[in-house]
Amino acid sequence: MLDAWLMDRLLVATWETIYMVAASTFFSYLFGLPLGVILVITEQGHIMENKTLNRVLGWIINATRSIPFIIFLILIIPITRSLVGTYIGTVASIVPLTLAAIPFVARLVETSLKEIEWGLIEAALSMGANTWTIIAKVLLAEAKPSLILGVAITTINLIGYSAMAGIVGGGGLGTLAYYYGYQRYENTIMWATVIFLIVIVQGVQFLGEKLAQKASKNRG
Amino acid sequence: MINIKNLTKIYHASGQEIVALDNVSLTVNKGEIFGIIGLSGAGKSTLIRCINMLEKPTAGSILVDGQDITKLKKHELRLARQKIGMIFQHFNLLSSRTVFGNVMFPLEIAKVPRQEAMKRTHELLELVGLTDKANVYPSQLSGGQKQRVGIARALANRPKLLLSDEATSALDPQTTRSILQLLRDINKKFNLTILLITHDMNVIKEVCDRVAVIDNSRIIEVGDVLNVFTAPASPTARSFVNSVFSREVPSELLHRSATGNDRKDTWLVRVAFIGASAGEPIISSMIRKYDVEANILYGNIDRIKDTPFGNLTLELMGRPADIQEAMAYLESRGLEIEVLQNA
Repeated sequence: MLDAWLMDRLLVATWETIYMVAASTFFSYLFGLPLGVILVITEQGHIMENKTLNRVLGWIINATRSIPFIIFLILIIPITRSLVGTYIGTVASIVPLTLAAIPFVARLVETSLKEIEWGLIEAALSMGANTWTIIAKVLLAEAKPSLILGVAITTINLIGYSAMAGIVGGGGLGTLAYYYGYQRYENTIMWATVIFLIVIVQGVQFLGEKLAQKASKNRG
Repeated sequence: MINIKNLTKIYHASGQEIVALDNVSLTVNKGEIFGIIGLSGAGKSTLIRCINMLEKPTAGSILVDGQDITKLKKHELRLARQKIGMIFQHFNLLSSRTVFGNVMFPLEIAKVPRQEAMKRTHELLELVGLTDKANVYPSQLSGGQKQRVGIARALANRPKLLLSDEATSALDPQTTRSILQLLRDINKKFNLTILLITHDMNVIKEVCDRVAVIDNSRIIEVGDVLNVFTAPASPTARSFVNSVFSREVPSELLHRSATGNDRKDTWLVRVAFIGASAGEPIISSMIRKYDVEANILYGNIDRIKDTPFGNLTLELMGRPADIQEAMAYLESRGLEIEVLQNA
């Protein structure tokens, strides 16, 4: 059974995971959301057509996404170190998590925005709307339910990634499971982390769906 | 109001040139409802989109209220667009906004102060009869109600021109009629110029003052709706008119009249009554005055916008000279005569 000390470790690790994931979700949207918008509006025939920018951006995103996270993690250690001063610990793992999630978020946002019918953009253009208005009041406003579900998907993905970061000393539930479960064969801890992860993932998915539902209430 | 000169639009698709508009010139007068009719792919959709530059023309000029819309800078074009309303076949309402929010959207774009914008939105909802639906989302509205929201939205910034892109094509006949009635009302009330495109000759018949027929990227016929209905010049226009008024004489009838009486001539003529003449007993006085017999094969009476319009297919029997005199009499009374067959 879990004694008080282990329970304490488990709670600290859970908090670390939540902290890492929340921060990297936030930062990945901070950069990924604008990138996704740019991907859409620079397409041919769209409101800010720019073939070169679109192609270069698309290439970078695909290239980044094709590197497995565990390799990416090691590859960008110099960047992490220069930004945070160290590459070990909870704060440090926010860097690779964010960088890995940005292109993923950009593609998710792109997919959400592409679901919007061109007619709506055309209508806004016919009213004399500028690019900003179309982005904020048509694209993002109309795609809101789908964007919220995207946040849930990203968060869940980052929970998985954070466990991998944990193996190389990132902290959180991953580190706990690796040290106690893998290196010391302590099955109780192993199972406890798995159950905690399941609960967190279910919670995020549930919350995401509820919020998306709320945002799409009454819409057709 | 609109003056289009030598407008050409060429699309480039996978190395091929597709001519969507071929040297189109057209004038739309202030305060009139002008219809452009054509089959799908004829170029009408491209044409109406050029007028607010949703499509950039390849060549030519478009003057809207004296201003060449093709030469405007970006921000000038945005201001010009605020004064050109547009309604769409699929309504294009924002699902994230209520009816009220949708109608207010163009006012937000034009940066109208909030209080004033809200007041204007209430006015507009009253105009289209949707005050009770202000807080409802578009998904809960019927097609006709959605188009009413579209119209209210298009009128928000008090435009001088309204573009209608197949606005009734997704609606049932009854709803179509009520939307067309609304368009006529706002045309009269605000002296608003309306340019509409359609593939439905009924729409032209119900609301338009003048009509242009577009076929294969070119305007092939322009004229008053009455003239185009009574005397369509091009085969395309004829087939559009036939889609509303049956003008074809069944071949059995043609055959019968051809082998008719051999001592007298039998002519098959179509007589069109327009306006006041539709109410006079002209045919019976013709029969009394001239030595001809008339056999009515087919007839109908309808209305083109506000003008009664009748169509009668007659068999006239008699000596050729008498028939010709009788026909001259009908023409002198303001009827349009078309000889379908003389034998």
